[in-house]
Amino acid sequence: MFNRITTSIVFLLCSGFLGAQSLPPYNPVTAERLLNPEESNWLMYRGSYDSHGFSTLEQINRDNVKGLVPVWSFSTGLREGHQAPPIVNDGYMYVSTPQNHILAINARTGDLIWRYIRYLPDDLQQFHPTNRGVALFEDRVYLATVDAYLVSLDALTGEVIWEVAVEDYYNGYYMTMAPLVADGKVMVGVSGGELGIRGFVAAYDAMSGEQAWKTFTIPAPGEPGSESWPGDTWKTGGVPVWLTGSFDPELNLAYWGTGNGGPWMGDTRPGDNLYSSSVIALDVTTGELKNHHQYHWNDSWDWDEVSAPLLIDFERDGNTVNGMVHPGRNGYLWFLEREADAINFVDANPYVYQDVFTSIDAVTGRPEYDMSKKPGTGYEASFCPSLWGGKDWPPAAFNPESRLLFIPANDNVCSTMVGEEIQYSPGRSYIGRGTSENGGFFVRPGTNHVGELQAWNVDTGERVWTTTFESQNWGPVLATAGDLIFMGGTNDRYFCAFDADTGEILWQQRTNSGITGVPVTYTLDGKQYVAVQSGWGVDAQREQNLLNMAKGEQHYVPQGGVIWVFALPD
Amino acid sequence: MTGSNKEDLAGKGEIKNTRLSRRTIFKMGLVTGVAVPMSALGQPPARMRPQPGDQLVFEEGPNQDALVRPELLSLEQRPVSAMARDPSTGVLRDGSRLNRVMITRINTEKMSQRYQSNAADGVIAYSAVCTHTGCDVINWDEGRLRMACPCHESQFDIYDGGKVVGGPAPRPLAMLPLELVEGIVTVAAEFRGRVGFTQQF
Repeated sequence: MFNRITTSIVFLLCSGFLGAQSLPPYNPVTAERLLNPEESNWLMYRGSYDSHGFSTLEQINRDNVKGLVPVWSFSTGLREGHQAPPIVNDGYMYVSTPQNHILAINARTGDLIWRYIRYLPDDLQQFHPTNRGVALFEDRVYLATVDAYLVSLDALTGEVIWEVAVEDYYNGYYMTMAPLVADGKVMVGVSGGELGIRGFVAAYDAMSGEQAWKTFTIPAPGEPGSESWPGDTWKTGGVPVWLTGSFDPELNLAYWGTGNGGPWMGDTRPGDNLYSSSVIALDVTTGELKNHHQYHWNDSWDWDEVSAPLLIDFERDGNTVNGMVHPGRNGYLWFLEREADAINFVDANPYVYQDVFTSIDAVTGRPEYDMSKKPGTGYEASFCPSLWGGKDWPPAAFNPESRLLFIPANDNVCSTMVGEEIQYSPGRSYIGRGTSENGGFFVRPGTNHVGELQAWNVDTGERVWTTTFESQNWGPVLATAGDLIFMGGTNDRYFCAFDADTGEILWQQRTNSGITGVPVTYTLDGKQYVAVQSGWGVDAQREQNLLNMAKGEQHYVPQGGVIWVFALPD
Repeated sequence: MTGSNKEDLAGKGEIKNTRLSRRTIFKMGLVTGVAVPMSALGQPPARMRPQPGDQLVFEEGPNQDALVRPELLSLEQRPVSAMARDPSTGVLRDGSRLNRVMITRINTEKMSQRYQSNAADGVIAYSAVCTHTGCDVINWDEGRLRMACPCHESQFDIYDGGKVVGGPAPRPLAMLPLELVEGIVTVAAEFRGRVGFTQQF
């Protein structure tokens, strides 16, 4: 118990006084509610297991969105990337922040109910100082921490019920994702692809915290796929999993995106490097890796493919495909078929300028490369899109009514990389990238924008519209049945509502900082709200630094997190 | 202090059942700061920060494990990592990554005057840990003579006490004062400035 005090502090500033007076009894988040989340709440990272990021709410719509106004806001007091969605359950809102705070807030009033603060070790290094959200189950809140713990808290009080070390942060493991809860388990993946980890997904009993299973993303010698890793490279080959998976309850499979291999240069680990830059399907009961599809082999571009595919059934040649769709960091939009024992390639096409792939096998989906665009140890190469890809982590969204997929993309920016030899040392940088001119980053000559919001019809596989931004775009997307898209992501600090049919900006609010938070929507007493965190940082800021260098500018984006809640006037 | 958290992981995978009483939670809520782990009070020598009298040892490169002598470093070369060693016990202070320094050699006359006394025949040492989020500052801008962090592009001026000249780092790198003792680069005093990042609360 004393140990607890050294690792976290819970502030119950208002519990029992201000917050509880206007709060209803806590409504436990049952397995049934997670399977069929009501539109009045936002119970998980993307709102539903299929990762659509879509709400059927339409009270706020394209006709009235111009009237949207702030209802309340809440300053987190923290800097860096505020990327988590506010998770809402019948009046209770849970927001995680960088440095692993959780704010439990009365969603009606904006009053703080409790605040969890995790004491982080001084010798921790945070490559990505952020957190992407909490998970809810029964009367618990779950947090994956940057020092690689999974923490279970009492949703009503913030009391820590248990915590378990998922791995050793000192060896480079850390976590930033929102956990995925299914089958009575809490599943998490680990970050650390730049620090010589061996990636995995692990599941824990939601009530007891006992580990149920652990499945590595790199096979050990003798396991299927191990032949794709020479020597001991499998031990430190990276392949992290740092975004929440999608879940298909009928197949009992969770689909996780995986990161690239490490060190970054593919020639340090000749082979396909399974299951890097892939989607893997794990049985949530046993953890068994049932099938996979590798988007690209032997990565040399830092193209993690960690975004989980959206589970979308789409039309092809007059047939309905039980499918998955993934806007890849490698710049291709992938359509796949999901079955109990296989993931089948359907088709793939570039959605941003991509100069690495020369062809895609029509049957397997395996790309061939222009090897002059593939950096190596002592070999410098330039390639497009940049190392942040056509789309990095910010999630796309899908409106099943209009059949449109909305992609927050970045086009026209490219990278130059050269590899240098590097030795593994536990917990130290294991990237092996040398120095290139201008930070190894450039804008394609003759282009006039970087950020895009794209809309694609998943049944025709065609792009319907594109809205462009001079700024880079790091905005997660929310789609609603009100024919609206909500997204920030640009360096001008705006949070915008777009017409889902045309991409036209219908409403915008300038906020305190840039928005890289996941927007959500919900209702309270029948009234619809939209909530998002504003708080620029991490890779959005890194890209800003390089854009400033490339353009000779000094564009400044202030930092500091604020939760914003919007609604129409009564 | 730092090492205690590392020690906590001795029971990695162990579940800490920590359901606390409501009364205890309220007591915790009244705490205005973060408690210091008791184990930090008796720190093993390998975890202690570099102490005056310690000698520096190369941690990487062609001279790995050798004592640092000025002639082994070229002027304004890419910084390399080093650790301190207690010459009386032979203990290498490698028990914490916060002990790591990056060393190079400079033209002392070009250095800001207030920091010149921290150099040992041109050899200088800065903490390897970025003050932003704690990453190792291993990159090097050869043209502008800046140490750089690969995580978030913070840059530090080696000629001006590790001053922040780019990126989000809030503080300069801590500098480790050095002196030359019988030709060996030796720690003259404890770090000037706080090592590592500062957690926000």
